[in-house]
Amino acid sequence: MKERLLLLALLMLGNAPVWAEQPAECRVAENLLESSFRLPQVTRAIAAKHLTVLVMGAGSSQLPGPNGAANGSNSPGNAYPVRLQQALAQQLHGVEVKVTTDVKAKRTAAEMVKALPAALSANKPALLVWQTGTVDAMLAIDPDQFSHALDKGINIAHSAGADVVLINAQYSPRTESMIALGTYAEDMRWVALQHEIPVFDRFSIMKLWGELGTFDLYSATKKLDIAERVHDCIGRLLADLVITAAKPEEAPVNGSR
Amino acid sequence: MAPVPTERDLRLDLFRGLALWLIFLDHIPSNAVSWITIRNYGFSDATEIFVFISGYTAAFVYGRAMQQHGFIVASARVLKRAWQIYIAHVFLLAIYLAEIAYVSNSFDNPLYTEEMGVLDFLKNPDVTILQALLLKFKPVNMDILPLYILLLAWFPPMLWLLLRAPSIALLASASLYALMWLFEWNLPAYPSGTWVFNPFAWQLLFVFGAWCALGGAQNLSRWIHSKVVVGLAIAYLVFAFSIAMTWYFPRLAVFVPKFLGEAIYPIDKTNLDVLRIIHFLALAVITVAFVPRDWPALKSRFFWPAIVCGQHSLETFCIGVFLSFAGHFVFTEVSNRVLTQVAVSFLGIAIMVAVAALISWYRQAERQGGGPRPPAAKPGYAGGDV
Repeated sequence: MKERLLLLALLMLGNAPVWAEQPAECRVAENLLESSFRLPQVTRAIAAKHLTVLVMGAGSSQLPGPNGAANGSNSPGNAYPVRLQQALAQQLHGVEVKVTTDVKAKRTAAEMVKALPAALSANKPALLVWQTGTVDAMLAIDPDQFSHALDKGINIAHSAGADVVLINAQYSPRTESMIALGTYAEDMRWVALQHEIPVFDRFSIMKLWGELGTFDLYSATKKLDIAERVHDCIGRLLADLVITAAKPEEAPVNGSR
Repeated sequence: MAPVPTERDLRLDLFRGLALWLIFLDHIPSNAVSWITIRNYGFSDATEIFVFISGYTAAFVYGRAMQQHGFIVASARVLKRAWQIYIAHVFLLAIYLAEIAYVSNSFDNPLYTEEMGVLDFLKNPDVTILQALLLKFKPVNMDILPLYILLLAWFPPMLWLLLRAPSIALLASASLYALMWLFEWNLPAYPSGTWVFNPFAWQLLFVFGAWCALGGAQNLSRWIHSKVVVGLAIAYLVFAFSIAMTWYFPRLAVFVPKFLGEAIYPIDKTNLDVLRIIHFLALAVITVAFVPRDWPALKSRFFWPAIVCGQHSLETFCIGVFLSFAGHFVFTEVSNRVLTQVAVSFLGIAIMVAVAALISWYRQAERQGGGPRPPAAKPGYAGGDV
């Protein structure tokens, strides 16, 4: 037990430099980034110096405008998948990082599951980052069907040799009284726990930013500046979650899957 | 046929009033004050209290009407009440539509392109409004009244049976609940999915409330007051509390054994999970054990605000829904600081109390002023509403 505590303390120290590179505004949400679960495939991919990530998502994984496309590998790009790629590349020296995307607005979890096998076999990622839940909540999809779709998608990814990180809905204060996210967030947390995979709690992180005034999420504006900064932070924090959960020195020797 | 008790149990009004306050607080999204509400500390929430007590009072009021004036007259009164609630629901819907129409016209943010899609239904109001009138389209947090309407519409035959063979009626209700789980019955909703509060499931709590009102509670009282049952109830509440804590501190979630997690999750609110029923029953047992019916404090000024709200529950509920829209509006348009949230929450409850008090006063004035009918002709309304 003592050794484990020591290891934990060392690990926490080990994380400190990661935060040092964050803009202050992202950093306030760092304690919301916790996961007890590991990403063994990512660990292996980092060791092999070649990491491919697939971001599967709906409308909140992209931004409007010329640079808003989720897939910005050959353009500056400002949506979080592109920021994720940059943050990963920055922190994983010597590792070739590639983030590919399959992002289309207004897709439910079940619709994304249908697109998943093709996207996985085309990209062969070590990690699937799956953003879902908002559209299901908006359409009031039966929560059981939502859980079932999550379950199925995770199984497909795992059998294709990819780890999975789930991203829940955005915190959107104006529409909060119109979209009942609660059940879907709880179901996602539970499915993730069953599969022992991390959830990137985008909702709580953005809510904290809203409460602390880090970003003004209430403003009625067509301007992209805040949205871009939010996506930048999401990309960076997501990279930290992935790297922490894939810490090579901490990976179980006998691999849990 | 067991006589329906005549004196109104003030505890019911008190707890229904409190449930209405909690529903109001819970319905304001991101309200800091909603941390005090019971849904955060266990499986069940104010909805269970509201439905159970509504069943209890419905049996109390219409049971007597059915005994004195017969099936037809009592049924007519029940249906009239259901109609009133329908009107109230449509009224709230109009307010809701006004609010979201405003938001869709005035709010634009590239971060939330996806979320604004929720307003798409405004583009075809013909379908939406029709579906809303059919109780199939129900905006967020507007699910309780449609459930109440259905439960009342179905209540007359159930009440008839409850008055003749209470055990059989309760058994029938429980069977319906079991069949619902077996065959996954629920009513369809628009644009997709099913009712958020499955009436086939929630009827059980309503009928159980009615059964308790018609003598069931007295039969159970020996059990309810036994030390073993109270002990079990406390143990269950502690268990539910510990599980609830893992929702807020994900670090704790790893301490929930996998088999236990698989056994309890998901805790289904739509279909009134058994865990929720037990949690409500445990709360009820504790309440009955520690708050006696003739507790003098029930007549004190301190509890009067909650009691008066509980006595005029439909009006208070509607005001609460309206105020929760308004409260959320204040958060988004004016300020969402914690201080504002506390102020909005307390002001909201104060308005609910004021309106309930006004209605109470008006009813009394109407009776004293010799309205169209003498009070004796309205036995069902003595002491409050359903």
